[in-house]
Amino acid sequence: MLLKDIPDLTEIKLDSQTRAPIIEGVKRRISEVDKRALEAAIRLKEKVGGEVVTLSLGDDKTKTALLEALAMGADAVYIVNEPELKGGDTNATSKVLEAAVKHAGDYDLILAGEMTLDSLSSQIGPRLAQLLDLPQVTYVKELDVADGKVRAVRDLEDVDEVVEAALPAVVSVVREINEPRIPNLMSIMRAKKKPQTVWGLGDIGLDAAEVKSQSYVQITSVSAPKVERKQIKIEAENVEEAATKLVEALMQEGVL
Amino acid sequence: MSFLVFSEDRELAFQLLGKARELADKMGSEVAALVAGSDPMEYVRQGADKVYTVSGLGGFNVEPYCAAVVEAVKAANPSTVFIGATKRGKELAPRVASSLGVGCMNDCSGVELEDGMIVVERLTYGGSTVARETSTSTPTVMSFPPRCFEKLEPAERSGKLVELEVDLPEPRVKVVESREKPKSTADLESASIIVSAGRGFKAKEDLRLLEEIAEILGAQIGCTRPISADLGWMDQWVGISGKKVKPSLYVACGVSGTIQHVAGIRDSQIIVSINSDEGAGIHAISDYSLVGDIYEVLPALAKALRERA
Repeated sequence: MLLKDIPDLTEIKLDSQTRAPIIEGVKRRISEVDKRALEAAIRLKEKVGGEVVTLSLGDDKTKTALLEALAMGADAVYIVNEPELKGGDTNATSKVLEAAVKHAGDYDLILAGEMTLDSLSSQIGPRLAQLLDLPQVTYVKELDVADGKVRAVRDLEDVDEVVEAALPAVVSVVREINEPRIPNLMSIMRAKKKPQTVWGLGDIGLDAAEVKSQSYVQITSVSAPKVERKQIKIEAENVEEAATKLVEALMQEGVL
Repeated sequence: MSFLVFSEDRELAFQLLGKARELADKMGSEVAALVAGSDPMEYVRQGADKVYTVSGLGGFNVEPYCAAVVEAVKAANPSTVFIGATKRGKELAPRVASSLGVGCMNDCSGVELEDGMIVVERLTYGGSTVARETSTSTPTVMSFPPRCFEKLEPAERSGKLVELEVDLPEPRVKVVESREKPKSTADLESASIIVSAGRGFKAKEDLRLLEEIAEILGAQIGCTRPISADLGWMDQWVGISGKKVKPSLYVACGVSGTIQHVAGIRDSQIIVSINSDEGAGIHAISDYSLVGDIYEVLPALAKALRERA
């Protein structure tokens, strides 16, 4: 289970001067689609048994955000605590996750969200599959495991594709796959007693300088695009007049 | 700074070729294309200097296609690889990048040259912000969705055809069945007028108010995520996790205007918002806003549209 804790998008505000998002101080949560991947993993565990462990690249705050995963039903949490690499590119991040997966032990299925909502890059699943030389099954909206195989329905543009692959495999899910459970108080209490293991890069056999040298993509700026809309308010005595005014305006625009 | 272009979607490949040609001409460099389908010479007419073909690829499957793109990269030695960001392309690009151990910028919305460097723009933070990104790896893989760029007027040009020998791996993911999706949902992204429904609609039957407008305008009908994912009234929604649309006219009816929805309609030419809540976010990002109850405004609008000169 790959999980990323990201700033709560509903709480991000913009700097009024630079229009850059203000991330500092915003509470971090597990990315929405990742959470649904976790829900899918827990449902599989409930059906066929096994163990669900989660893996994240994060910092000191990640432990708190990941309590939710334990409350939902994950058995253990592993965090590679490297704040400097949290902002690294997908090439570097996937190398860290590859090493962490190998260090965490045996697995049958690696699950992740199709994208995290902060970077929207959709890269980690396919990259990890390539690095681990595994089949990748992306955009999954229905998932089942039986007889050493994963069977899934993929949500593509033109078709729903039903596919099968032998385990182990990397699966990335889309939002439609399920509604994640909301843990009750008992589960939340119990989560605090479940194991959270924190590793440094050295623990998983990597060297920070070497990993950083493989981070190639730099973000030079982030800002909200200026709204360049006309923002004309249609005002009228009654709806009939308003509708007529709107139609006239749209005809003038040449879009009707 | 040379280019390699690939998309399994032919039209998208031509659009990427158009942009790659423009950038290559500015830098005095070359454009190569990898072609999985038929008529490779058409790619030369669309702007490629060199076209690589690989036989035996068949329908899209990410592992053999990844092997083919990697071989084409080795042969063409490009500094930039353009991949079409269909869903299939978006899972191909990072796999290719990890196979080469290089940087990748997926699902970009634009690209330009700045001091000889390639700079791309991508949506981030749920679609509320635009990030500008560069990469120092050679090559760098970047992907662009349909209709970011325009294809060239086809012209008689000289170009070379090269057949690549690729040891294609057996796909490990087997396609058992392919179910066609209903056609209507596929048309949203190319629609020139879209009228869309949000939570302002209280019941599924009430969508007929919108259908009437759509019929008069010859428009497609879209909706927000809750209408589709939570209520199941429609198949596909408009937004960052659904369809990204760029019609000439987008009429949002009873739509509140969440960040995720707005990111999906940003490229519309004219946005109209109809919502009874004056403070609804959708009014702040529209060209024409009408504060009113959709149950009153839509019938009046239908009448006004019928009566227009």
